[in-house]
Amino acid sequence: MAAEVEKVTKGRPARAGRPAPHSSAREQADRRLGYSLVTPVIVLLLAITAFPLLYNLWNAFHFDNLSYGGLPHKWVGFSNFSTLFHASSGWVAALERTLVFTVVTIVFDIVVALAMALMMNRTFRGRGFLRAAILVPWAVPTVVSATLWKTMFDPRAGFVDYFLGAFHPAWASLSWLGASTSRSWVAIFVADSWKNIPFVAIILLAGLQVIPNEVYEAAKMDGATWWQSFRRITLPMLKPVISVALIFRTLQALLVFDVIYIMTGGGPGNSTETLSFLNYQTFIVNTDFGVGGAMSILLVIIALIVSAIYVRAFRPEATT
Amino acid sequence: MTAAVAEAGAAPAVLKYRRRITPGKAIRETLFYIAVVIVVLIALFPFYWILRTALESNSQVAAGVGGKNGIIPGHLSGQAFVNVFTQQHFLTPLLNSIIVALATTVVTIIVASSAGYALARLNIRGAGAVLSFILLAGFFPVLAMIGPIFLILKSIGALDSIYPLIVVYLVYTLPISTWLLKNFFEQIPKDLEDAALTDGATRLQTLRKVVIPVAVPGVFTAAILAFILAWNDFAFAVSFLSTQSHFTAPLAITTFGQSGYQTFYNLIDSAVVIVSIPIALLVLFAQRRIVSGLTAGSFR
Repeated sequence: MAAEVEKVTKGRPARAGRPAPHSSAREQADRRLGYSLVTPVIVLLLAITAFPLLYNLWNAFHFDNLSYGGLPHKWVGFSNFSTLFHASSGWVAALERTLVFTVVTIVFDIVVALAMALMMNRTFRGRGFLRAAILVPWAVPTVVSATLWKTMFDPRAGFVDYFLGAFHPAWASLSWLGASTSRSWVAIFVADSWKNIPFVAIILLAGLQVIPNEVYEAAKMDGATWWQSFRRITLPMLKPVISVALIFRTLQALLVFDVIYIMTGGGPGNSTETLSFLNYQTFIVNTDFGVGGAMSILLVIIALIVSAIYVRAFRPEATT
Repeated sequence: MTAAVAEAGAAPAVLKYRRRITPGKAIRETLFYIAVVIVVLIALFPFYWILRTALESNSQVAAGVGGKNGIIPGHLSGQAFVNVFTQQHFLTPLLNSIIVALATTVVTIIVASSAGYALARLNIRGAGAVLSFILLAGFFPVLAMIGPIFLILKSIGALDSIYPLIVVYLVYTLPISTWLLKNFFEQIPKDLEDAALTDGATRLQTLRKVVIPVAVPGVFTAAILAFILAWNDFAFAVSFLSTQSHFTAPLAITTFGQSGYQTFYNLIDSAVVIVSIPIALLVLFAQRRIVSGLTAGSFR
């Protein structure tokens, strides 16, 4: 639908008026080839995203639970959605948790990543090594980073308590995962940031590298301090790149799943269950595709709202 | 007059002198390098610890960290690396992961490079809409898709098989690869193609003889990123696979090492080391490519 509208409004009428029959024949042939080359990517992505979305929409208004396989998939109106908003479903609690985690994560990650990007923007010996070193945590599977930090936060196997014990004897045997909610979140947060900050740093570094040096030199001539040129030059010129990093990171944090599954399994109790984790539980563990469908629809809507907010806030017109 | 000249002459010299070795600057430089070392340590020390744990014996793991078994363990053994293959049959999940990641990469490259070329060069109508849709698909919540896909796979009897993963992993790889390759094709000078076209070559001939050879580096970058993304998946694997011998490597790792109340981290971490090696090598040898690939899409 959207593509259709785009076609009508953006189809360049200017070209239609151009003569040169040879070139237009070529262009027509090109365009035909172009459509056939673009079709596979559209069909595949529609099949993996739009089709599940529509299927979810259907399921969200029907009863569909494999555990009660014999029961008919009858229309149930909004009851799957109202189930979600009952306190017992835990969905609202998971939404709050996920939002808090997302906000804390993106603020912390962007600030640290910016500091790291500024660090890597200087020319110094070992810069290439530094860049390769921070890329490794980003590139390994989340299973690796989560399992790794699960080891590190284990009081008997990891280094966290081993080093903390050097400061205070009582800290030598702190249990982190599965015992305390707040400490479980700390461990999740560390594992998640450790893996994802490098990506943000690399993107921000790329943004820093396109700021021409002359701008800084001119500011220096005018007597600007480091802080002044950072606030008045670096941050404004980084704005588009920061917006890209923010969108990526916010959606990643909002949809966090692997780390939770591996490190805490949603526990202790259900205190670290996030939206995506509940989706997994509802679909795969409870095989409830009706309530799961309702959850998924809401998750997609939340993701869309967040992207829309960012796209609006950082629209090119607004950057100048 | 002479005093003024002397002053004027001396001032820059003093400034220069100061700029070189003021104590403030020396301290700043030292602090900077300390910060660099801290960042490198935070990034890499956990990997050392994983390797260190993987090289411990079962009894060392049972005894825990501390005492003789500190930052450097008392003695090292490769037993866990042997056990992870002989007892846990880690080779099968590894091969599964390699098959799926390579197949996903091949499909991604074929589909994304043709789409990328068309979007960059062939003046198709609605290219902007197509690009926005591809970008949006990349942000689609993975855990929202697993329910319906689970039902479809179940109904066609393809649940608990690695082959459907090749298709669903495309949601990770296609958006970034298509964008990256589109940007890459746009940077190839158009004159090259136009010359071939005016010489009477067809578009497909031009593609084969002119464009594809020039495009190799971009395709290579996209392939590396696609491989990493496919290799790293956990969500789809844990949702659809249920038999140990059909697991991918990341999923298999999560099933290792638990025996009663004792967690054998040496076993788990040896698998973690093995899974990380191909990725670490890719990063080491293709660092520049990965960085340029990651940042290519961020200036739009």
